[in-house]
Amino acid sequence: MGEYMIKDQWIMGIETSCDETAVAIIKNGREIAANVVASQIESHKRFGGVVPEIASRHHVEQMTIVIEEALKEADITLSELDAIAVTEGPGLVGALLIGVNAAKALAFAHNIPLVPVHHIAGHIYANRLVKELTFPLLSLVVSGGHTELVYMKEQGHFEVIGETRDDAAGEAYDKVARTLKLPYPGGPHIDRLAQEGSDTLNLPRAWLEEGSYDFSFSGLKSAVINTVHNAEQRGETIAPEDLAASFQESVIEVLVKKTVKATEEYKVKQVLLAGGVAANKGLRRELEKTFSTKADIDLVIPPLNLCTDNAAMIAAAGSIMFDKGVRADLSLNANPGLDIELYN
Amino acid sequence: MTILAIDTSNYPLGVALIEENQVLGEYITNLKKNHSVRIMPAIQTLMKDCERVPAQLSKIVVAKGPGSYTGVRIGVTIAKTLAWSLKIPLVGVSSIEIMAAGAGRYFDGYISPLIDARRGQVYTGLYEYQSGKLTTVKEDRLVLSVDWAATLKEVNKPILFVGNDLPLHQAAIEETLSTQAVFAAITEHNPRPSELALLGKDKQGEDIHSFVPNYIRLAEAEAKWLEANGKILKG
Ligand SMILES: [Zn+2]
Repeated sequence: MGEYMIKDQWIMGIETSCDETAVAIIKNGREIAANVVASQIESHKRFGGVVPEIASRHHVEQMTIVIEEALKEADITLSELDAIAVTEGPGLVGALLIGVNAAKALAFAHNIPLVPVHHIAGHIYANRLVKELTFPLLSLVVSGGHTELVYMKEQGHFEVIGETRDDAAGEAYDKVARTLKLPYPGGPHIDRLAQEGSDTLNLPRAWLEEGSYDFSFSGLKSAVINTVHNAEQRGETIAPEDLAASFQESVIEVLVKKTVKATEEYKVKQVLLAGGVAANKGLRRELEKTFSTKADIDLVIPPLNLCTDNAAMIAAAGSIMFDKGVRADLSLNANPGLDIELYN
Repeated sequence: MTILAIDTSNYPLGVALIEENQVLGEYITNLKKNHSVRIMPAIQTLMKDCERVPAQLSKIVVAKGPGSYTGVRIGVTIAKTLAWSLKIPLVGVSSIEIMAAGAGRYFDGYISPLIDARRGQVYTGLYEYQSGKLTTVKEDRLVLSVDWAATLKEVNKPILFVGNDLPLHQAAIEETLSTQAVFAAITEHNPRPSELALLGKDKQGEDIHSFVPNYIRLAEAEAKWLEANGKILKG
């Protein structure tokens, strides 16, 4: 061992903002040593969506099991951790509370620094587990609860330049899936159907006012419902494949065009895709096609298991926040409406 | 043996540290404030004041409900995580039993702690001290306070009622039980965390991973789903 060898940094991430109980351990901010996710999706399927009280109950059942599994997988002990990073918000408050309190108990019992992390910062930092970030960059965050364009001038610094004014893209997907009577969660089903249909229905695109990077999907959602309703009244049927394709085209066109416009205005070097909807094939393909013609912009899209909720992304963001000196004390609370710009 | 007791199952928040033959310290508040913000600092302060460190703990005892779903989960999550990571036993005690333990120790009769559960309902149970040991006469349950009073009319002993929510149900109880009912003074209503620690002192540790709160009630969505799908509710 060299005298000047730099010690490795080990960060544990804990994520319980929705219906996944997740714990991960990351080495030096970028290497995944363990990434354990206990999904509750089967429990919520029969309710057609996540039931907060049931999610919270599951988290209590899973929390210590998942922590133990992560430590085993990484083959390290609590005493070797440099910090525990935990999702402070946003998310379901009852669900967040389980992760936050487990993290605080670990931090207290073993005298480990506690680092609060914003869930979306986590989604963005999932990309750093794939590739080193280059600044300035732009991240398109698309998930069940979020549709945002986040500009980053440097590590750990977030500026929301656009966000949804009503439904998140993921919510619109779920509602359209329900209209089409597709099982929960509907996003992947629409994506699959869309591959088989074509954009024939001319659904609206919500561009909003000139220069705005905000989004709006409630009009599109209503247009889908009206289209189906009107067809039914006329005794016609619309091919679900075409409806899915038309809906998806509208969503993707707005997301991609606004992203491209922002990359031009902000002169970014990198574009990151983040959030659960990043698993959408149509969106991935369109982004890849668009940015393949822009040699000066590096497009990064994480693998599927890092797009959906996980704790590796929380540890990855936590690593940067830890280096920035961000700390929480034992009064840390769950914050369902946490602002991503809070720790800038 | 150093036992840490944690109770966040209802509005009263409590932490206690006890050793073989003495209570080192305890902390109680009865406030409608966020337990998640205050419980860990309370544990930290109490342990610091008592000059104890986490590695010295030999057992965690937690109030496992019934009570506020969120509240009880906060305490149980902390207790499970502490016990698992410090490799020490975890014991759960009924939130209702803790109230009986303190208020009823020298009462000659039964003890019925009450926690309001809205719409005329209470979480309650019936306890009695027998040769200095608290025993369960009727299991913890969720029941309309008027029905509970009617049930208790059948038992032939004075009954001590205790709990901060008494004012909500006292009239209904008095109407049925009149002088059979005794109501504790306000100084007895907060569950004492040192009693929690004592109740768990000689109990065997439970499996930590599978330890869950005693909610008594199913989640509302679950109950509705079972009803809609023609399943019979147990209990
Ligand atoms: Zn997410």
